[in-house]
Amino acid sequence: MVLTGAEIVIRCLQEEKVEYVFGYPGGAVLYIYDALFNQDKVRHVLVRHEQAAVHAADGFARSTEQVGVALVTSGPGATNAVTGIATAYCDSIPMVIISGQVPTAAIGQDAFQEVDTVGITRPCVKHNFLVKDVKDIASTIKKAFYLAKTGRPGPVLVDIPKDVSMHKCEFEYPKEVSMRSYNPVVKGHQGQIRKAVQLLLEAKRPMIYTGGGVVLANASEQLTKLTRMLGYPITNTLMGLGGYPASDRQYLGMPGMHGTYEANMAMHYSDVLLAVGARFDDRVIGDPANFAEEPRKIIHVDIDPSSISKRVKVDVPIVGDLKDVLEEMIRQLEAAPARNNADALGTWWKQVEEWRSRECMKYKNSDEIIKPQFVVQKLWEVTGGNAIITSDVGQHQMWAAQYYRFDKPRRWLNSGGLGTMGVGLPYAMGAQLANPGTQVACVTGEASIQMCIQELSTCKQFRLPLKICNLNNRYLGMVRQWQQLFHGERYSESYMDSLPDFAKLAEAYGHVGFKIEKPSDVEGALRDAFARKDDLVFLDFQIDQTENVYPMVQGGKGLTEMILSAEDL
Amino acid sequence: MRHVISLLIENESGALSRVSGLFSARGYNIESLTVAPTEDASMSRMTIVTTGSDDIIEQITKQLNKLVEVVKVVDISEAAHIERELMLTKVRATGKDREEMKRMAEIFRARIIDVTDASYVIELTGNQSKLDAFISALDPALILETVRSGVCGVGRGDRILKV
Repeated sequence: MVLTGAEIVIRCLQEEKVEYVFGYPGGAVLYIYDALFNQDKVRHVLVRHEQAAVHAADGFARSTEQVGVALVTSGPGATNAVTGIATAYCDSIPMVIISGQVPTAAIGQDAFQEVDTVGITRPCVKHNFLVKDVKDIASTIKKAFYLAKTGRPGPVLVDIPKDVSMHKCEFEYPKEVSMRSYNPVVKGHQGQIRKAVQLLLEAKRPMIYTGGGVVLANASEQLTKLTRMLGYPITNTLMGLGGYPASDRQYLGMPGMHGTYEANMAMHYSDVLLAVGARFDDRVIGDPANFAEEPRKIIHVDIDPSSISKRVKVDVPIVGDLKDVLEEMIRQLEAAPARNNADALGTWWKQVEEWRSRECMKYKNSDEIIKPQFVVQKLWEVTGGNAIITSDVGQHQMWAAQYYRFDKPRRWLNSGGLGTMGVGLPYAMGAQLANPGTQVACVTGEASIQMCIQELSTCKQFRLPLKICNLNNRYLGMVRQWQQLFHGERYSESYMDSLPDFAKLAEAYGHVGFKIEKPSDVEGALRDAFARKDDLVFLDFQIDQTENVYPMVQGGKGLTEMILSAEDL
Repeated sequence: MRHVISLLIENESGALSRVSGLFSARGYNIESLTVAPTEDASMSRMTIVTTGSDDIIEQITKQLNKLVEVVKVVDISEAAHIERELMLTKVRATGKDREEMKRMAEIFRARIIDVTDASYVIELTGNQSKLDAFISALDPALILETVRSGVCGVGRGDRILKV
């Protein structure tokens, strides 16, 4: 069948079973939008800014096992998309971004709305393509989806010049992809896995540390089974929350800069550390030199060889698909004649419980002023722990991660790697479209929410009943916290005057807005909000301006140098 | 430590900038980089001379392997290998220098490939140190310009980089 390039693009998306495309039209993609108009399989979500299109597609992907798709025009459309693409790249989210480009003859002529999109996005995509011939569109899009979701996932960009989308050719969607230069490893090395299992059984102070890889690989079930078989303590990173049920006794909470005392101590003083789909990030282990002071054997399972021995030396590296490797570990454990060292494990758990008894997450609640931790706890109660929670970046993000207990994967969406303010609302949009029956709440702050606030309009158009919990402290809270602790309380540009009345703003967009000022009103407001099944409700919580996120490991310090509360300062 | 990394990469536009971009983004050194298509025109071979600790070199090879268009990566300096570089040097060749330059070229087994009444272009192939030695043996005032190709290398014997 002879089709235009634009029609081929849409047919390819249909072949890939894409339900939603998040995008914004413009000159270079007019033919593609025309092709979109003439069908009803692929639905388009019109955002208000291209950055939000990419974030929403990203949120869609994070909350499902599918590839997120965004469509933007050339020039400013593409540059606006860059923050979204980089955000997805840093968290390894499978996405395909289709961008329009000026006609091939105009490339390099400084044409209207021309930028070198492939050049600009090169460092923040898994791969990108410029399609110069209509005959290459189908095979390129096939490759793009394949690259995005296999191996270590990531965003792939396909740049299509306007004339290419207008030209015609015979359409046939390739059934398979084969690339001699790209063959991601799936099966882990048997011998290495055997070594790992042996080491785990011999451990006296074992610890399991897992990251976003577990969520991406859909390996939570295997991880949970393995962890329970071993009976070892476990911690999930910010990106890995929900990888193991947070309400389980073996779970020690999140590690790292704002992690729990018990998780950090157990990481630090373990003698065998099993790292799965995590990357020993600076926000997790702090100073690598401090971390290296304690002798321990490290087993590191990851799909990406370059993540292994990047920041810490690893003793048993295992490259492979996490699900596959964990299943093999379970198989070998079941067959192993040896059992773990019960005496040593008992002593170790006693130590862990002692650390846990410090109750580092305790905070002083108030009857007078709303504490942010209290809001998140109430949110957890009111939603029964079953909501999808998105967040922006800053103090509220940490409080959400600390106080909402995630028992399942893909329920917690945040920008962990790039730390992009503004993702919360578009993530919630993508997640709500992907999970229509599920409660979706965005925990945000008055600064972050304003970075993509225009999307309240999109939410109205697409009837998205999101619940936005704005922890409003009138400060760039995390910046204020660092200025208080490390910059002599000089609050340089971290206070925001002239904030809008968010409740009224929400109403102006056609939504429901509440302003909550008293702790006693928090639960009622949340219940009211979630009872409004069809409405987007913006809950503007006026919280304590001076509240800080604890515990805390200062940047550049080691895990053992934690500040547990303001009294430690 | 100095390392010579050879790699095969799909001969597509932008492939070179993916490699050079990787080095600059991650702060790795490039001493020299050469690239040209192989006997299979769909593929290019690149030789990169770089320096770094063992950890850094390990990361460099892993990161290169991660690039979607890179087919194969080998650190050829890990074992016996041969390195060659080509240099073209244009020198002033007048009066008594004319004979002197010719003699220097002979000593280094270089070839004079262009002659005018005032200059020679001398072609010299060898490893880096031979080229350096030739340059330092010449009177700097007589060197008009030099151009070096950068190192290319190949493993000895049955160490073969092929798909």
